Amino acid sequence: MEFRYLPMTEKDKQEMLDTIGINKTEELFEDIPEKVRFKGELGIKPPSNEYKLTKELTELANKNVNLKSHTSFLGAGVYDHYIPSVVDHVISRSEFYTAYTPYQPEISQGELQAIFEFQTMICELTAMDVANSSMYDGGTALAEAVNLSAGTTRKKKVIVSSTVHPESRAVIQSYANGPGVEIIEIGHENGVTDLKALAAELDENTAGVVLQYPNFFGQIEPLAEVRELLDTQKKAMMIVSSNPLALGYMNPPGEFGADIVVGDAQVFGIPAQFGGPHCGYFATTKKLMRKVPGRLVGQTKDEQGRRGFVLTLQAREQHIRRDKATSNICSNQALNALASSVAMSSLGKQGVKKMAWTNIQKTAYMKKALEDNGVNVAYTGPFFNELVINLGNDVQNANKKLLEKGFIGGYDLGASYNELAGHMLIAVTEVRTKDEIDNFAQELGDING
Amino acid sequence: MANQDFPLIFEHSQESRTGFSLPEMDVPEVDLTDMFDERYIRETEADLPEVSELQIMRHYTALSTRNHGVDSGFYPLGSCTMKYNPKMNEDIARLAGFSHIHPYQDEETIQGALELMYDLQTSLAEITGMHTVTLQPAAGAHGEWTGLMMIRAFHEANGDFGRTKVIVPDSAHGTNPASATVAGFEAVTVKSDDRGLVDLEDLKRVVGEDTAALMLTNPNTLGLFEEHILEMAEIIHDAGGKLYYDGANLNAILGYARPGDMGFDVVHLNLHKTFTGPHGGGGPGSGPVGVTEEFAAYLPKPVLIKKGEQYGFDYDRPKSIGRVKPYYGNFGINVRAYTYIRTMGAEGLKKVSEYAVLNANYMMRRLEKEFDLPFSQHCKHEFVLSGKRQKKLGVRTLDIAKRLLDFGYHPPTIYFPLNVEEALMVEPTETESKETLDAFVDAMIQISNEAKEDPEIVQEAPHTTVVSRMDETTAARKPVLRYNKGS
Ligand SMILES: Cc1ncc(COP(=O)(O)O)c(C=O)c1O
Repeated sequence: MEFRYLPMTEKDKQEMLDTIGINKTEELFEDIPEKVRFKGELGIKPPSNEYKLTKELTELANKNVNLKSHTSFLGAGVYDHYIPSVVDHVISRSEFYTAYTPYQPEISQGELQAIFEFQTMICELTAMDVANSSMYDGGTALAEAVNLSAGTTRKKKVIVSSTVHPESRAVIQSYANGPGVEIIEIGHENGVTDLKALAAELDENTAGVVLQYPNFFGQIEPLAEVRELLDTQKKAMMIVSSNPLALGYMNPPGEFGADIVVGDAQVFGIPAQFGGPHCGYFATTKKLMRKVPGRLVGQTKDEQGRRGFVLTLQAREQHIRRDKATSNICSNQALNALASSVAMSSLGKQGVKKMAWTNIQKTAYMKKALEDNGVNVAYTGPFFNELVINLGNDVQNANKKLLEKGFIGGYDLGASYNELAGHMLIAVTEVRTKDEIDNFAQELGDING
Repeated sequence: MANQDFPLIFEHSQESRTGFSLPEMDVPEVDLTDMFDERYIRETEADLPEVSELQIMRHYTALSTRNHGVDSGFYPLGSCTMKYNPKMNEDIARLAGFSHIHPYQDEETIQGALELMYDLQTSLAEITGMHTVTLQPAAGAHGEWTGLMMIRAFHEANGDFGRTKVIVPDSAHGTNPASATVAGFEAVTVKSDDRGLVDLEDLKRVVGEDTAALMLTNPNTLGLFEEHILEMAEIIHDAGGKLYYDGANLNAILGYARPGDMGFDVVHLNLHKTFTGPHGGGGPGSGPVGVTEEFAAYLPKPVLIKKGEQYGFDYDRPKSIGRVKPYYGNFGINVRAYTYIRTMGAEGLKKVSEYAVLNANYMMRRLEKEFDLPFSQHCKHEFVLSGKRQKKLGVRTLDIAKRLLDFGYHPPTIYFPLNVEEALMVEPTETESKETLDAFVDAMIQISNEAKEDPEIVQEAPHTTVVSRMDETTAARKPVLRYNKGS
């Protein structure tokens, strides 16, 4: 079998063996103890040629119902949005995608500057002072924020609203088990955090309060009221997970005095791809700048006084500080941060606002369409691009029926909230048309009977 | 902005210029201020750039030319396995059936994706000799932390709460001790001996009843195989500890040896190294974790299983450490790695390691005449030189690295591992031709001669790059981390 990724010829190999002074490559592996040397052949599928493998994997991909073959109203943290063509053209430039962490600034200005621009855009959207170069995803970014708040305040209790994405809450819990941070979950009322429960839990032992804005149900959390509560416990940090697209229209968490704002930039230029890779972001205040996990790009000058960019404040990071680092993160999601930057540049100041606003308008239209079809919309407060409906019967069954009509239905809330069995979470983004919304609402009305 | 500064995207911006084409607002509009309390509406717009589509393309194309990737030239960055990223993988990952599927779709509608993941995790289990593999962790460090949390859960389930320490060699990557801390352990260091291997006597000294695990990279970060791996496994296991394998260097031993057969209990892989996931300018990666049977119950949930002919997720895992990431891992990277494994098969993967190791040894033998080689045995896929000799001439390893830029190369990893003075860590990978290896060695020899004859040319390098050396001190002292209009 020929292997097109392996360039050595037999002649090359012989010359190299001669230089090394050995007869066979096997001799280079003699330091592996005989007992652990692998003798057989690995039991995996045989090598395949490019044409045949492409055909096979294309068939495998075609087995999946996808967001392009069907009309989707599924969101719950991962969204189907307009992705400008330029995004994929830029991230397909192999100078970007075949490079690694820009440790050599002289030959990495492209990546460094792109990340610096990304940091700036995230600061603009969130109204925070500092943003890092990316995190794995919104969920782990939030978990790192929780541990940061505990580490910085030297308090061990963090209050998390149940309106935060259930999988982010699960990740928070796993991460909190490391340093032993106590996670207190509080309930929801009419689709938003139960402020009375929050007030009851908030005390001098509280390191931070975690909210999602807009929350998992698509509802707008009352950050102004939360801020007032937090002003009674000044040490406790306000940690907000935000869909950055929503912040094109909504007042950003920074305006409510948030200490840390995190989220996922998947909404900007990154396809759903079964949940990853997406692009976590992490934004905070100047005060916490030296506690930020992950990489930061800073502006400086070269010897000739030309503007340039470098990785900076590295004394926070694992390769310098080892066990004292602020986080263990090393590889991040740089290429996806680039994709998001390109999408945000395409949208620009006007586009991001317009896109956010279109999401709200189309969701508002969906709400009306559903109500006209006799479907019960659960909550009455303001929302971004998601709605909770009470079907009163099996959501999975409803989704099966919707699939037959060419729809990917909503998220079954009963899977993560006992009290919401029979409820479905529906997302309406700018890509859905009026006809699609009408038809979907009508189908749901029919299913609802 | 001085004239010679390369513009930021923000500096191309002009009020009301557009680069987007949004779907129509085809529903009747409502007054949102009826719905939204004005406190929740943005007062000032987010100041994103307003540029045309061509301006975007020109800007980012120009940026790309100011960046060096594997496709631009040789990239022997030790420990990072900067091998060629196959183009076919990119095409497969972009198929709509892989790139536009939603993690919450009904399992029946995503059987193709689940089949791919299942076959990948099974293949990785075979390659590493482990019982079960999870694809959930997003990168190597994430895998390390996941593995350590499992080890912690295992000890605690045995009522063993006193195992608070994780042993890491002095040559270990920084993520190892950092992950130990994040997982709630204390990291303790074990020394290397004069052959660059873990010092068994020191290991016996630091191991004890408080040992939760030893984290080991094998071959280690010096590119040397830990020959005493079986004795080490015994020392750790006899003390009740577990053995953790940092798989960053798996590219050296594919088909030659498997961590599972060496006594490792928990293993992470870096699919963005060994299995051609592109490094993306820093990420995304993928860091699957494999475990022995006794750890299977602790794997993060959900676990992907096969029920008859159907694939599906199992959430009923009472002993699981929980979730480590939303959804199911960096699927897009996993698709690329899978495509690569299917392209190579067992035969190809073994050749990968054969050539990765041959290439490194060849370069090492050519270079040892000009540079100090602290450990002289055969290496595996990478080797570490010391720039000590050149430093005496006033040329530091950093200078050598910068001078290599003038030849169109990305330099090796420098100043790591920490136990080698003025370290230069070279990892050629198997995808480079002999001509490339020779040209790089020739450049290194030329630089060594320059250090003797004309050190300034090295000390003042690079001479040919778009910018010269950066003032990193000011960058850290007075951090400017975002663009501010008019500054
Ligand atoms: C030896 C070693 N261990 C761990 C890591 C961490 O992997 P990642 O960057 O994927 O988190 C790296 C690479 O960066 C490495 O070289």
